[in-house]
Amino acid sequence: MSVESMVSGDGQELTIQVSGRFDFSAHQAFRDAYETPASSGVRKFVVDLSGTSYLDSSALGMLLLLRDHAGGDTAEVSIVNCNQDVKKILAISNFEQLFAIQ
Amino acid sequence: MAAIRILIADDNQVDRKILGRILQKQGNEVIEAVNGEEAVRLFHECKPEIVLLDVMMPVMDGKQAALQIKQVAGEEMVPVIFLTSLTDAYGLADCLESGGDDFLNKPYNPVVLEAKVHSFYRMREMHQTLQRQRDEIAIHNEHLMHEQEAAKAVFDNVAHQGCLSADNIRYLVSPLAVFNGDVLLAARQPSGAMNLLLGDFTGHGLPAAIGAMPLAEIFYGMTAKGFGVRDIIREVNSKLKTILPVGFFCCAVMVEMNFERKSASVWMGGVPDCYLFRKGSGELEVMTSNHLPLGVLGDGKFVDSLQEFNLEIGDRFLLWSDGILEARNPAGDMFGNERLHDVITQAADADRIFHDIKHAVDAFQGRAERDDDITLAEIAMVEPPQVEALARSQIQAAKSGPMDWSFSYELGPQSLGNFNPLPLVMHLLMEVPGLKSMSGQLYTVLAEMFSNAFEHGVLGLDSKLKSTPDGFMEYYQQRQQRIDALDDGFVRIRMNHEGNGLEGRLTVHFEDSGAGFDHVAMLNRRKAELADVGDQQYSGRGIPLMNQICESVEYMGKGNQVRAVIHWPQEQE
Repeated sequence: MSVESMVSGDGQELTIQVSGRFDFSAHQAFRDAYETPASSGVRKFVVDLSGTSYLDSSALGMLLLLRDHAGGDTAEVSIVNCNQDVKKILAISNFEQLFAIQ
Repeated sequence: MAAIRILIADDNQVDRKILGRILQKQGNEVIEAVNGEEAVRLFHECKPEIVLLDVMMPVMDGKQAALQIKQVAGEEMVPVIFLTSLTDAYGLADCLESGGDDFLNKPYNPVVLEAKVHSFYRMREMHQTLQRQRDEIAIHNEHLMHEQEAAKAVFDNVAHQGCLSADNIRYLVSPLAVFNGDVLLAARQPSGAMNLLLGDFTGHGLPAAIGAMPLAEIFYGMTAKGFGVRDIIREVNSKLKTILPVGFFCCAVMVEMNFERKSASVWMGGVPDCYLFRKGSGELEVMTSNHLPLGVLGDGKFVDSLQEFNLEIGDRFLLWSDGILEARNPAGDMFGNERLHDVITQAADADRIFHDIKHAVDAFQGRAERDDDITLAEIAMVEPPQVEALARSQIQAAKSGPMDWSFSYELGPQSLGNFNPLPLVMHLLMEVPGLKSMSGQLYTVLAEMFSNAFEHGVLGLDSKLKSTPDGFMEYYQQRQQRIDALDDGFVRIRMNHEGNGLEGRLTVHFEDSGAGFDHVAMLNRRKAELADVGDQQYSGRGIPLMNQICESVEYMGKGNQVRAVIHWPQEQE
């Protein structure tokens, strides 16, 4: 598991990439990724799961925490590049009602 | 650095004295032994921190002594360094093989000696720190397990068995000592309808147990008052959203089985696909979660729309959390949806399905470690269960309570759309001891009268729609559409009770704003229907049942009013 984050050139968008299993072990790293000072001007969050093989319920919890951090109901959080398994887990939980899933 | 207590054993007095003097000069405390046997004895007595042993000694040689000292030391790390003039590699290696940690060549170089002693002392300290930390962790862990067991015990009391032992329910929950996050609850409403909830909290242990307790309390409390799936699931969601930190939630499926009407309402949020098995056709209908898990959305955004099913006797819901799909075999593969589907479709008959699933998962897991929680439940449609007849003595003993009273209650369009008045009304009725024993029947009567007044009266829905399976679905769609568009109308409930404490009479009067209907013609039609025993009707079951309980049921006015009279005590059949 590894978590990497990158702020766009204009400082408006933060992309968080999670590789490997996205589970409780990623908790601190995932949180650090969006709670950095560099993300203070960020309005849009992108969670890139192209390298994520698996997602458990504590990962879903972390996504909710990110959404809360990003402003709750007004948050702009998108989840991109999910593989089939990950997509299925997000679908079961009906997370498309909270996140833009691409 | 504090003095290190060092035991040295050498049969050569000169060598021993030289070594002793160097070590003392370097600030250590030295204990001397002349052979291995004495070294072992002194080790017992003086508890040295480091041991230096000559290899060749009379009575007991160094290697033998090292072996015994290491044995006595047990988990404690006591570095043993061999003193030797051996130079061949095999001889030196042999020293370490027999349990020594290092060797020192004679003649001694004081600088190397001091460095080695200090190095081993540091290693010993590090080892002690590790052991202390390990012991602390073990104690903490024991505490934690103890607390979690206590939490589990509290939870078990709150979440008791309910009616999980009913004949139409089969279930499996992991028998873990620690709360695993899965919840399975079942209870009967006063009407005889059954509520069942299967929930899966994120995480294990305390956070999950904390959320599960109010869930169980709300479930049992509201079910006992006659609330159905819609009200309960909304209340649970609202409570969990309030108490759980962001990121914690509960995936759940809740089923309300109505045995009188042979129907079921289901709410699903965040659980994997579950199935409805149709006994007659052998078909398997997939039910998919269409909601977010409980505790994610605030009350304003929460959606309580239900999936409605009409059922035949023997039809059954198969429900589970993701544990069963994620059960692993020794090779690490997951049980998965396909295997589950195959087991169900290949079952010899409906009654074997539950057993077959249980067996298949068990066989699949084999000797693999069972780390996940497997919760599995089956609830089947059966003939309406007998509501337990209450002892007559209990009724006759009841002389107190309100006897002469009346009330009227009118609900406007806004209330009608999202409020169920029956629990409140039941609450009033239950104050009359003589009515208490009839709570189930009373609820049935009131529910029938209210839904007739609201659905057929105010909303103007055609009950004939419900007589086919397709129409049944259509009916519920129309119902929701009309509720959403409702801006006019009322249901007026009037009740009147009189009695002397030993017997009494309750009059229930419903009036609605609807157009009414030709009740004389309907009465005739009902009579005809009653004669038709092999009915495949999904509606209209309530009326014969009402006639059984009520002394009289009369439609009045243009058909928008109905009056039922109930006498108590009733002869129990």
